[in-house]
Amino acid sequence: MTSELAGSQIIIEIVYLIASALFIFSLKWMSSPTTARHGIWAGEVGMLLAIGGTLLRYGIVDYRLIAIALVLGTIIGIPLGRVQMTAVPQRTALSHAFGALCVTLVGSAEFYLRSPDISRFMMSVLSIEVILGGLTVTGSLMAAGKLQEILPQRPLTYKGQNFVNFLLLAVAVAIAVFLVLHPGTRSLFPFMILIALAFGVLLIIPIGGADMPTVISLLNGYAGLSAAAMGFVLDSKLLIIAGALDGSSGLILSIIMSKAMNRSFTNVLFGAFGQVQAAAAAGEEARPVRSATAEEAAAILSAANKVIIVPGYGMAVAQAQHKVRELYDALTKRGVEVRFAIHPVAGRMPGHMNVLLAEADIPYDRLVEMDEINGDFPQTDVALVIGANDVTNPAARTDAASPIYGMPILDVDKAHTVMVIKRSMNPGFAGIDNPLYYLDNNLMLFGDAKAFVGSIVRELSGGHG
Amino acid sequence: MSSSSNLINALFIFMLAGFIGFEVIRRVSPLLHTPLMSLTNALDAIAVVGAIVLVGEHKSSLSAVLGFIAVVAATSNIVGGFLITDRMLKMFKSSRTAPKP
Repeated sequence: MTSELAGSQIIIEIVYLIASALFIFSLKWMSSPTTARHGIWAGEVGMLLAIGGTLLRYGIVDYRLIAIALVLGTIIGIPLGRVQMTAVPQRTALSHAFGALCVTLVGSAEFYLRSPDISRFMMSVLSIEVILGGLTVTGSLMAAGKLQEILPQRPLTYKGQNFVNFLLLAVAVAIAVFLVLHPGTRSLFPFMILIALAFGVLLIIPIGGADMPTVISLLNGYAGLSAAAMGFVLDSKLLIIAGALDGSSGLILSIIMSKAMNRSFTNVLFGAFGQVQAAAAAGEEARPVRSATAEEAAAILSAANKVIIVPGYGMAVAQAQHKVRELYDALTKRGVEVRFAIHPVAGRMPGHMNVLLAEADIPYDRLVEMDEINGDFPQTDVALVIGANDVTNPAARTDAASPIYGMPILDVDKAHTVMVIKRSMNPGFAGIDNPLYYLDNNLMLFGDAKAFVGSIVRELSGGHG
Repeated sequence: MSSSSNLINALFIFMLAGFIGFEVIRRVSPLLHTPLMSLTNALDAIAVVGAIVLVGEHKSSLSAVLGFIAVVAATSNIVGGFLITDRMLKMFKSSRTAPKP
């Protein structure tokens, strides 16, 4: 590109400038639910402007093929935008894979168009683009597979796993360095991509479902950074900005998620997650637990003044959010104050519980973050835990030997009465025993979350008005 | 293709956009973290512009084929991403605006 821009190029650059500004506004308006929908509007206009501007570019000859691709993409995109809310985590993982696929393919095409005439800096950025992009493609597909339960959610580990992963990454980087020095070695390029793809698979295999919020955020960040790298390769400021915004969003979310699980950020970055599987066989001796029926639970709930409901992944699995809404209505009608305590890593992606409860028409001002609500548990009559486990485990506060020691939790045990809806006494996903269940103020409600909440609601409405 | 001053400019833009990203995203309510992720996903699919150029310029059959797949993948992210973000945000109602049971 010369420093003197032709007239049409100036217009295109200005269109890109406006699109960049709209993207920033789009994210800024996401700060509050009242303005968030303006954010979509800004994003959509920015996107249309950017695509329109690109079509005006000098040198574009084949409009038919572009049109076919755009239509095909739209046809695939519409069902992806219409999935059930419970399927949002796997949909998100899948779209990280699509985004990274686009970046990786464009990077590869650019390599073959330009090689061997590529400067060292350009080849370095291009390598970053395709390595990050490639590992995000397969990594996200693995994550989506685990979330959709096509693949086992349990962590798959083997001896020397970290060594193999590190070796693969080292080989990919070595090839990249070689290509930077000798950009004419076209035959090596596919190997770099293949290794990045394999690395993505192996990186996600050892990760368990409970770590998915961090992983999805991290993959989001990788997808953004690879897009920013693509911006360097194509000398597109718009792409650099969009990639940097997406990258920082993913990284911030991963930091929030890793803090909420008491893992350091470097621990997350270097893929050392999924190590919480130890201690599965702990606490085998039969300790007494107290259980209650739906009738008893309904009686306790209707006698309460303040109730806090703690939802977790189990609520999502059982699709119980609409029954929970009925419970919320029934209790509110009786003058009980009901709020929801949302742990940052409850569910399978950041904000997962909020979306499910909003889908069930529960007002968002009833959804309270962990730090805000934790102080209220001692003044709460009933804490009702629905399908959440580790995020309520008091061992995180008291037992230094526990794998989740130090993780911030919801202090449900401080409520006057705790009720936990759970299928059985089997330890949760991470395989950690939860001492909460043996406390004197705890009642176990054994059963399917949806069915059990349903019968509590029936008891509440069946009894006196 | 690009002079070194272009690269330096690009690095400055990356640095500044990264800072803006951090400051803006930090203020996003945790309530909206899921829609935030689907929105950034849609915005990130702006990579489609690079793919469109590859297809449109048709410099080689390889670049056109790779570009074509890339346009399809990115477009599905744009359409699907905006659609689902909109659906999610429509659901968020405060108790003042929510319909009474």
